Amino acid sequence: MALALDGSVQRNRKVAGLAALGALAMLGLGFASVPLYRMFCQATGFGGTTQRATAAQAAAVKTTGRAITIRFDGNVTKGMPWLFRPEQVTQDGHIGERKMAFFIAKNTSNRPIVGRAIFNVTPEQTGAYFHKIQCFCFNEQRLEPGEEVRMPVIYYVDPEMLNDPNARDVPEITLSYTFLEAADSATATPQKLGGKPLDRAARAR
Amino acid sequence: MASIPAHEGYDAHHDDAHDHDHKPAFFARWFMSTNHKDIGTLYLIFAICAGIIGGGVSGIMRAELAHPGIQYLGWWTHFLGGNDQDFNATLHMWNVLITAHGLIMVFFMVMPALIGGFGNWFVPLMIGAPDMAFPRMNNISFWLTVAGFCSLMISAFMPGGTGMGAGTGWTVYAPLSTTGSVGPAVDFAIFSLHLAGAGSILGAINFITTIFNMRAPGMTLHKMPLFVWSMLVTAFLLLLSLPVLAAAITMLLTDRNFGTTFFNPAGGGDPVLYQHLFWFFGHPEVYIMILPGFGIISQIISTFSKKPVFGYLGMAYAMVAIGAVGFIVWAHHMYTTGLDVNTKMYFTAATMVIAVPTGIKIFSWIATMWGGSLEFKSPLVWAIGFIFLFTLGGVTGVVLANGGIDDNLQDTYYVVAHFHYVLSLGAVTSLFAGFYYWFPKMSGRMHSEFLSHVHFWIFFTGVNMIFFPMHFLGVQGMPRRYPDYAPAFEYWNTIATYGYMVMAFSMLIFFINIGYSLAFGKKAVGNYWGEGATTLEWTLSSPPPFHQFETLPVIEDAHAH
Repeated sequence: MALALDGSVQRNRKVAGLAALGALAMLGLGFASVPLYRMFCQATGFGGTTQRATAAQAAAVKTTGRAITIRFDGNVTKGMPWLFRPEQVTQDGHIGERKMAFFIAKNTSNRPIVGRAIFNVTPEQTGAYFHKIQCFCFNEQRLEPGEEVRMPVIYYVDPEMLNDPNARDVPEITLSYTFLEAADSATATPQKLGGKPLDRAARAR
Repeated sequence: MASIPAHEGYDAHHDDAHDHDHKPAFFARWFMSTNHKDIGTLYLIFAICAGIIGGGVSGIMRAELAHPGIQYLGWWTHFLGGNDQDFNATLHMWNVLITAHGLIMVFFMVMPALIGGFGNWFVPLMIGAPDMAFPRMNNISFWLTVAGFCSLMISAFMPGGTGMGAGTGWTVYAPLSTTGSVGPAVDFAIFSLHLAGAGSILGAINFITTIFNMRAPGMTLHKMPLFVWSMLVTAFLLLLSLPVLAAAITMLLTDRNFGTTFFNPAGGGDPVLYQHLFWFFGHPEVYIMILPGFGIISQIISTFSKKPVFGYLGMAYAMVAIGAVGFIVWAHHMYTTGLDVNTKMYFTAATMVIAVPTGIKIFSWIATMWGGSLEFKSPLVWAIGFIFLFTLGGVTGVVLANGGIDDNLQDTYYVVAHFHYVLSLGAVTSLFAGFYYWFPKMSGRMHSEFLSHVHFWIFFTGVNMIFFPMHFLGVQGMPRRYPDYAPAFEYWNTIATYGYMVMAFSMLIFFINIGYSLAFGKKAVGNYWGEGATTLEWTLSSPPPFHQFETLPVIEDAHAH
């Protein structure tokens, strides 16, 4: 092996180093996909991810004449000892109109539980146009044993939807919530999920 | 490809001059090996062992599926130390079997055989290099793969939640693999993927460096044999896709053990993200398994048509195109996860685009044979079988690419039929084709052509009996991944099980053939296929000297491809 190996060793190391960098970059991309995916879903409404609006943004929206029905669904994951249901099955309104709906949750266990609501809408292409101004899903909710609460959602459907050929003729949107026990429920005080605290409306006892 | 001037007496001369054919003693040679041919042999032996286990597992599954109801699962649960009184544990055994079959066949049979085995053996030989660029890293790659396999085997004897072993499917989807499987079995399975993945990434770096830097003088990229091209593209796919899998399964591990919630909605995660990450790896992975097969088939068809491959550049860049497009079609595995119609349209169109370069390859193989001086030696018969079976699997792939049709066929036996036609009939057929093509080169002994032909026809009959009826079952709505089914599906399931027996019998012939040729086979000459075999490995003796090409061969520019 008395070939001139020195030069080739260096060339080999260079190529291998570049290849290893490529592998590391893809590894990084794999982990970076977690925040990227979340940002992508929030930005595009992908997979029925709904949008959030401030009161000021909501105030600028004009009601249109197009009627739309919102259907509500509330459920809990397996083993979550809460009763959770929408107070109304459907709500009729107009695109652009600001509406409020109520959900009722009750902790049927004998321990305090912090719950976290995940949500989406179907048809999924309307996710980008479904705006929530206030929602119990913006925060984790803590219910004492036996406690029952009535929680509001304030929402509107963006009139921009009427300009989207894939979404404009949707007559009904279903808004679905699923309550899960927060991962750190045993010890936790409820966390803000990036929203301002919600005053839980009157208790329906 | 460039034609290679014959090097008469090439090896003998060098052996005499330097005594470089001195081989290390047994332990050092096989357990501390840095020789690409020995490591290739180790990979092939390992792949055959893993293939026997993985194939045996599918035998258990076919036996169970021969008739409706649960027949043998309880016995196997008991055999592997589980609680066969618990019916759920018995059913969990089924999930363990399908998981083991998938992981073993993908990571420990097809990949080690095609990439580690044939790749290690023939990439350096075909480009005129003395060895791989990083021989010791090559050794690490192999033993990491073995360690990964051991980890997977251990997982079968660990509690996995409902019963013993990891029952997550080869896709290891969350939440089944996180909150759904308590116990160390899934951790061992994930760890096994980490090890095998790390081994493959190191191997990919090795191949890329070898192919870029160690080609013989005069062998430009556009004169490389197509098998080397296929390995180059495969290495890039491995390099760019496996780290994404590593990231995804690392997040699974931390979700399972350290309280993170990457894929758990209770903490703000999303299980669908895992599917995106998995299939961003998983789709390139299926090309990783088939591209080396494409390369082998190209060499064989050219050899036995006694012509250069038709459309050499088109063939090379078709593989590059398949590799590149393979990275942007992953969500066609996820049509039923709630993609909107535009996303589905994109993934449908992008997926169908892959049929174009694949079609270029198929037609170029046929065009190579057209007007060729065909000689139906066993490798060519296997190669033609490959073209037939792979095309059939490719056609059902185009069907499944349609987002709308897939809504109905998702997770049915139609999908099972599709991916077995391209993998267990396509990739595996290319493996046998390559094996009969190169076995005498590797061992120095000729195999029996008669037994190889018999092996082919029985294998071909058997696998078609197993998998063709699955198209019918799938269209009729039989779901995959269940140990039981409605009696209406019994007829074709029974035939599929008979098909398994036929296929298993053909494997017996294969092993007899190996044993026969190792013991009694005629000594193989350097170029036993004659004038059609023009690549550099045929200029060497069979088996090649322990160290080859110490004086680099020079590729003449005489002939165009």
